[in-house]
Amino acid sequence: MSAAAAPRGARRWRSRAARAGLVLAALGFMALFLLLPLAAVFAEALRQGARAFLAAIAQPEAGAAIRLTLLVAAIAVPLNLVFGVAAAWAMTRFEFPGKALLGALIDLPFSVSPVIAGLVYVLLFGAQGWFGPWLAAHGLQVIFAVPGLVLATVFVTLPFVARELIPLMQAQGGEEEEAARTLGANGWQMFFRVTLPNIRWALLYGVLLCNARAMGEFGAVSVVSGHIRGLTTTMPLEVEMRYNEYDYVGAFAVASLLALLALVTLAAKSLLEWRYGHEIAARATGARR
Amino acid sequence: MRRRILPGFGLSLGYALAYLGLVVLLPLAALAWKASAIGPGQLLHLLAAPRTLAALKLSFGGALLAALADGAIGLLVGWVLVRYRFPGRRLLDALVDLPFALPTAVAGIALTALYAPNGWLGRWLEPHGLKIAYAPAGVLVAMVFVGFPFVVRTLQPVLESLESDVEEAATTLGATRAQTFLRVIAPVLLPTLLTGFALALARAVGEYGSVIFIAGNLPMKSEIAPLLIVQQLEEFDYTGAAALGTAMLLVSLLLLLAVTLLQRWSRRWAEVRA
Amino acid sequence: MTIELARLSRRFAGFAALDEVNLAIAPGEFVALLGPSGSGKTTLLRILAGLDYPDAGTVTQDGRDLLAVDARARKVGLVFQHYALFRHLTVTENVAFGLRVRPRRVRPSRAEIAARVDKLLRRVQLDGLGDRYPSQLSGGQRQRVALARALAVEPDLLLLDEPFGALDAQVRVALRRWLRHLHEELGLTTVFVTHDQEEALELADRVVVMNRGRIEQVGTPEAIYQQPATPFVCEFIGKANRLTLRRRNGALYAGPLRLDADPWPAPQEGAALAYVRPEHLALSATALEDGWPARLRHVYLSGSIAHLELEVEALGQVLEAEMGGEEAQRRGLHPGMTLTVQPRALTAFPLDPASGEPEAAARRTLRPHYGQATVARWR
Repeated sequence: MSAAAAPRGARRWRSRAARAGLVLAALGFMALFLLLPLAAVFAEALRQGARAFLAAIAQPEAGAAIRLTLLVAAIAVPLNLVFGVAAAWAMTRFEFPGKALLGALIDLPFSVSPVIAGLVYVLLFGAQGWFGPWLAAHGLQVIFAVPGLVLATVFVTLPFVARELIPLMQAQGGEEEEAARTLGANGWQMFFRVTLPNIRWALLYGVLLCNARAMGEFGAVSVVSGHIRGLTTTMPLEVEMRYNEYDYVGAFAVASLLALLALVTLAAKSLLEWRYGHEIAARATGARR
Repeated sequence: MRRRILPGFGLSLGYALAYLGLVVLLPLAALAWKASAIGPGQLLHLLAAPRTLAALKLSFGGALLAALADGAIGLLVGWVLVRYRFPGRRLLDALVDLPFALPTAVAGIALTALYAPNGWLGRWLEPHGLKIAYAPAGVLVAMVFVGFPFVVRTLQPVLESLESDVEEAATTLGATRAQTFLRVIAPVLLPTLLTGFALALARAVGEYGSVIFIAGNLPMKSEIAPLLIVQQLEEFDYTGAAALGTAMLLVSLLLLLAVTLLQRWSRRWAEVRA
Repeated sequence: MTIELARLSRRFAGFAALDEVNLAIAPGEFVALLGPSGSGKTTLLRILAGLDYPDAGTVTQDGRDLLAVDARARKVGLVFQHYALFRHLTVTENVAFGLRVRPRRVRPSRAEIAARVDKLLRRVQLDGLGDRYPSQLSGGQRQRVALARALAVEPDLLLLDEPFGALDAQVRVALRRWLRHLHEELGLTTVFVTHDQEEALELADRVVVMNRGRIEQVGTPEAIYQQPATPFVCEFIGKANRLTLRRRNGALYAGPLRLDADPWPAPQEGAALAYVRPEHLALSATALEDGWPARLRHVYLSGSIAHLELEVEALGQVLEAEMGGEEAQRRGLHPGMTLTVQPRALTAFPLDPASGEPEAAARRTLRPHYGQATVARWR
C-alpha cells in the first residue's frame, strides 16, 4: 500500500509544480511584455515631475489635438454605429445571395494595413487622385484636412460595431421581432421596443472598442494628415511629432492621456463582460480587431 | 420574389452596401485602378528594387517569426487563463487586450523607451550584445506585442469548450498526460491556433505605428514596407506607393481568405460536438 | 369568419413543406394540426399568422384575401413554441405590448390598458406576477404569459405552436384542460400545432393529420381513431398491427384464415394491406378453426391495460393485443400458453397491382364473421 502511495504522491507533486511553472511563465511574460511598457509611459511622462507634465499638457497644441481627436471620434463612431446596426439587421434577419461575401467585406478593414487605408484615400482625393482636380476646382480639401482624417478613421473602425452585433443577433434569432409584428407593432416600434433593448449592451461594447480605436488610430490618419500643427494633428500624431522633436516629456505626457483612455476602455469592457456577459456574447465571437 | 416577413430588408441592406461601397470599395478601386495603370511588368520592376525588396522581406519575415512567437505565448497564456484559478486571474485576462486598446504610437514609444540603450531593459541587454531598439529585433518585439491578443482571444472559447471529461476518458483508456495532449487536445486546438496565428500574422505585416519608433528605420536594414509607402507618398511617388500598397493588399486578402477557410475548418469540430 | 385555405403549396430548398393543401376552419372551432416533424404543420400555422407566405394557393377569411394582409394587421394571436417573450420587459409590459404599439387614435388609455392587462393576468392565473421578468418564471408560467400577450390584442384567431412541447408531463396535462376551458369561455377560433396525438385527440374538435406536406385526414378525434383514412393515419394514430392480405377467388385471406368476401372490383387477384388495433384482437384459450393459433410470448401490465405479445406462426409475425389488466389476471394469462386469435375489425387498402402502393381511396373497414366458431366470450 505505502509503496504504491509514494509514486502517486510524487506524481501529484510534479503536476502541481508543472502548473505553478506554467502560471509563473504566463505571469512573467505578461508583466514584462504588457505591464512594463504601460508603466514606462507614465514613468517617462513624470520623469521631470508633475509640473513639467502639466505644462506639457497645457500647451495649446495639446488642447487642439485633444479637441480634434474628440471631433473625429464624434463623427466616425456614430457613422459606424448606424452602419453596424443596419449591416447586422440585414445579415441576421434575411437570406440573400452574396451574404458570405458581405460578411467578408465587413471584416476587410481589419486585415488591411492602416497605412494602406490612408493611401487609398490619398489616391482618391489627393491632388493627383480621382477626385483631386474636381475638389481643387471647387476649393474643397479632403486630404491634409479634417475630412480626410474622418474618412481614414471610419475605414479602420468600420467593422467594430457590426462584428459585435452579428453573432449576438444571430444567436437571439428573430422570433421576438416576429412576435412584435403579430402584435401589431410597425417597423420602428419593433426596432426601438424589441430589437434595440435586446442588443443595447453589445452595442455599447462595440461602440467602446470602436471609440478606443478611433481616438488612438495612428497609421491611417498619419498618411492623410499632413501633420499641420494645431490643425490636422490628432493626439497620436501629436505624440509622434513631439517625440521626433526630442520633446520626450511632452510626447509621453500626451501618450499617458491615451494610455489612460486605454485603461478606462479596458475597465469598462471588463465591467460589461462581467455584468452583461451573456447579453454581449463577447467570448463566443473570439478574437476582435 | 418572396415576401420578407420582418421589415427593413431593403433599407438596411441598401444602406450597408452603399456605405461599404463608399468607404471601402471605392477607395480600394482607386488603388486597383492606379496599380493597373502601372502595368504588371513595371509593377514587378518597382517591387524588385533592392530597398523595397528588403522592406518586404523584413515585414513578412518579421511578421512570420512574430506570429510564431505569438502562437506559443498565446497558447501558454490562454491555457493558464482558462485552466487554472489563481489570484489576479481576472485582471490578467483583462490585460490581454491591452495591445488592442493602447494606441499603437503609444505602444511604439513605450517599447522604445524600454529597449533603448539607456532604457529599463536596454541597459541590461545592451552589454550582452543584445541590441533591440533601432535594430530588426526591435521590429520583432513590436510585432509580437500587437499580435499576441489575437491568439489568446481566438483560443479561449475553444479551450473553454474542451470538456475535461474528454481528457478524463482518455486517461481511463490508459493515455499518458502527453498522449492526451497530443492526441486529444491538440487536434481540436490546431485549426483555432492556426486561425489566431494567421490573424496575428496579418496584423504584424501591416503594422506601422508601434514599429516605426523602435525600428530605427535604417534603409535595407530595419525599414518596414508600410513605412516605405509613407515615405514614397511624402516624396509624391504615388506610383511606387500604389505598387507596394497593391502587393501588400493582395497578401492581406490572401490571409483573410486563409482565416475564413480555417474558421470553417475549425467549426467542423463544433458540429461534431453538438 | 370562416377561414379557407385552398391549394396551398410552399417549397423550401429541396422539399415540399406544403403540397396542395385544402382546409376550411369554421368559427369557434378548436382545430389541431397533428403530424410528425417536417410534416408541414408549423409552416401552415406560420402562413396563417402572416409569418410565411405560400408559393401558390390562397388563404381567405369570409372571402377576403388574407395573404394581402401583413402579420401586423391580421388580428391573429400567435403563441410561439418557445414563447418569444420580450426578455427585457416585465410580464405586465409583455402583455401590454400589443396595445401600446397601436396608433394613438385607436390606442386605449393608460388606465384602460392597465385594467385589461390586469384582467388578462387574472384570467391566466398570473395575478401578482406582473412585475417579474420572463427569466424569473417557470415554463408553465411563461406559456401563460405568452397566451395572455396574444389574447390582449383581441384576436379573431388564436394560433399555438406546440403549446405544451416545452413543459413537464404533469404541467402539460393541467394546462391542456385549462386551455380547453379558456377556448370555450372566449369562443375564439383556435388552431394549434402538435406532434402529440394524445394532446390532439383530447383537446380538439377536429384533428388535421398531416404528413410530408399533405393532409392525410381531417375529422373528429373519434373518426380519426376509428376510421383512419390512410395507411399513414393507421400507423401514426394509436397502435396498429400491420398485416398483408391475399385476394383470391373473391375472398380475402390473412395467412390461412378467410376474413371476408373481397370488397373490391376486379382484378380479384393480388394483395392488400390491413391494420388491426390491439383491442380488436379477440383471444380464446381453446383451439378454434376460424382463427390463428398463437403462442403468448409476454404479458406487460401498464397501469390498467395488459399488453400481450403473440407469436403467430401462420403469419410469420408477432401481433400485439390488449385487454383490461384485471381481465388478463382473472383469466390467468401466462407466457408460453397457446391461444387462438381472431381479428374483429380491420382497416384494409388494396395494393395497386402496377405500383404496389396501397390505394387510400379504396379503404374498407372489415368486420369478419366467423360463423359458429366465433369467439363469443372467453371460455
